[in-house]
Amino acid sequence: MEAVYIIIVIVVVLLIIFLAIYNGLVRRRNQVKNAWAQIDVQLKRRYDLIPNLVETAKGYMKHERETLEAVTNARNLAQQVASAGAGERAKAEGELSSALSRLLAVVENYPDLKANQNFLALQEELTSTENKISFSRQFYNDSVLRYNNQTQMFPSNIVANISGFKASEFFEVTLAAEREAPKVSFT
Amino acid sequence: MILIGYFLGLYFFDNAVAGLIIAILVWTVLSLIGYFQGDSILLSMSRAKKIKPDDHPRLYNVVEEMKIASGLEKMPDIYIIDDPALNAFATGRDPKRASVAITSGLLQKLNRDELQGVIAHEISHVKNRDVLLMSMCSILLGTIVILAWYGSRLAFFGAMTGGRRSSSRGGGQGNMIILVVSLVFMILAPIMAQLIYFAISRKREYLADASAALYTRYPEGLASALEKLGSSTGQLKSANQATAPMYIVNPFRKKGMKASDLSSTHPPISERIRILRAMAGASFNDYDQAYRQVHRGGRGVIPAAGIAAGAVPLATIKPEGEAREPNEIQRARETSDVMWRLSNYTTITCDCGAKLRVPPNFKEPQIQCPHCGRTHQV
Repeated sequence: MEAVYIIIVIVVVLLIIFLAIYNGLVRRRNQVKNAWAQIDVQLKRRYDLIPNLVETAKGYMKHERETLEAVTNARNLAQQVASAGAGERAKAEGELSSALSRLLAVVENYPDLKANQNFLALQEELTSTENKISFSRQFYNDSVLRYNNQTQMFPSNIVANISGFKASEFFEVTLAAEREAPKVSFT
Repeated sequence: MILIGYFLGLYFFDNAVAGLIIAILVWTVLSLIGYFQGDSILLSMSRAKKIKPDDHPRLYNVVEEMKIASGLEKMPDIYIIDDPALNAFATGRDPKRASVAITSGLLQKLNRDELQGVIAHEISHVKNRDVLLMSMCSILLGTIVILAWYGSRLAFFGAMTGGRRSSSRGGGQGNMIILVVSLVFMILAPIMAQLIYFAISRKREYLADASAALYTRYPEGLASALEKLGSSTGQLKSANQATAPMYIVNPFRKKGMKASDLSSTHPPISERIRILRAMAGASFNDYDQAYRQVHRGGRGVIPAAGIAAGAVPLATIKPEGEAREPNEIQRARETSDVMWRLSNYTTITCDCGAKLRVPPNFKEPQIQCPHCGRTHQV
């Protein structure tokens, strides 16, 4: 009789541990999904801002048609692949970011445009949206790291395998310029 | 605190339980008020004004960026305090109901990266639930101080009027011991509690600095903001001892404060800057290492559970003063515009370049520009 009780207790304890780990995994997975949705919100915001920005800049920048077109094209391309996976999408968004930074760099040559209140407001919005994109990407990658660790580390990997929790994909920056940021040493 | 209550009760009511009940009652009432009303009391005490996104787009954006970076569920409310002193604080009992406040002086002094560092520090206080922790600690401390103060007054009074308790009962010797012990407690307890409170507060400041570096990936931003904060000693008028730990730097700091001051809610600014600048990466681990480096060994400051493996690279060092940003004069104008608007003044820009600030109780339909004499419709 006693052996039966002991077995029952062990089974119940194991079940509680299993449920706790399972809930933890669900929470982490939801955080990853939520973080992905955050990136999405910011990317959409950028699609909405660009036509306005290009429209305002057009009047002042007669000689920068190519730069402006590159931005518009990159935006349209990025919007097209919006439903694709994280890897492909990151590439298109990286192109858009670099086209935009080229545009903001040439703005320095147009003092009239720089003095335009409407443009300044748009520029602030765009700079901030760029930051928000990179911060939401940072948070997404942190969440993915935590979630993936949990799906691969013992003992939670057992629960993850049984209940079908799969590792998520990182949102990597594929842009050469951004990846090769200079190393800073403090020696 | 329990000990204080115990001795209070033992001495005055011949019954330790009564004292304990008083202590717990005072503490509960204060805690409940602090928990439910703490943030609104703090904000109204500091005369902070809430802003909308349009009032100061850059500030709003920076807060939203940090909200995203920290993974906070809800956008905190943003307040501006009209004070030339440089400071900022966060409040709100849980991450769902948080506010950050910044003085107008600081807002015009900082560039975007520095502002980001400061806001990240404040958001980490919210995220790490320091606001709740520190307000509960300060309420506990407050209760101890109040009880000890009244306790010692009553004890002296009782002793002077002949110690009726020792005469009413036989055991004078035992009562004397209790009297002495409880007096020592009354004097020591508030001091000890205060020291513990300050120590906790300083630890949480280090943690918030580390989190700010992690969120921004750019410790230099916070470091240079702290440098600006450290160079000014203007005291914030609306701060008090209880709200001090919530600010980014100690609002009562004076020049030449000793480096290892035990009675300060914040670590010395110069030390915080040195730690931030010594960081080799942006993770908690890097902060811990930088702390050890600055302190030449010793224990780290980050709780062990927080140090996760995995290197976090720093963002690249940005050039001093980016060209696209408003400079300090523009920022000062921008901030004063916001402050006037928040006080319900209407601003009319005259053709001659003068700005007319019309107070909300101005009743006339027209106003004349004192500079060039043109009349404007209000």
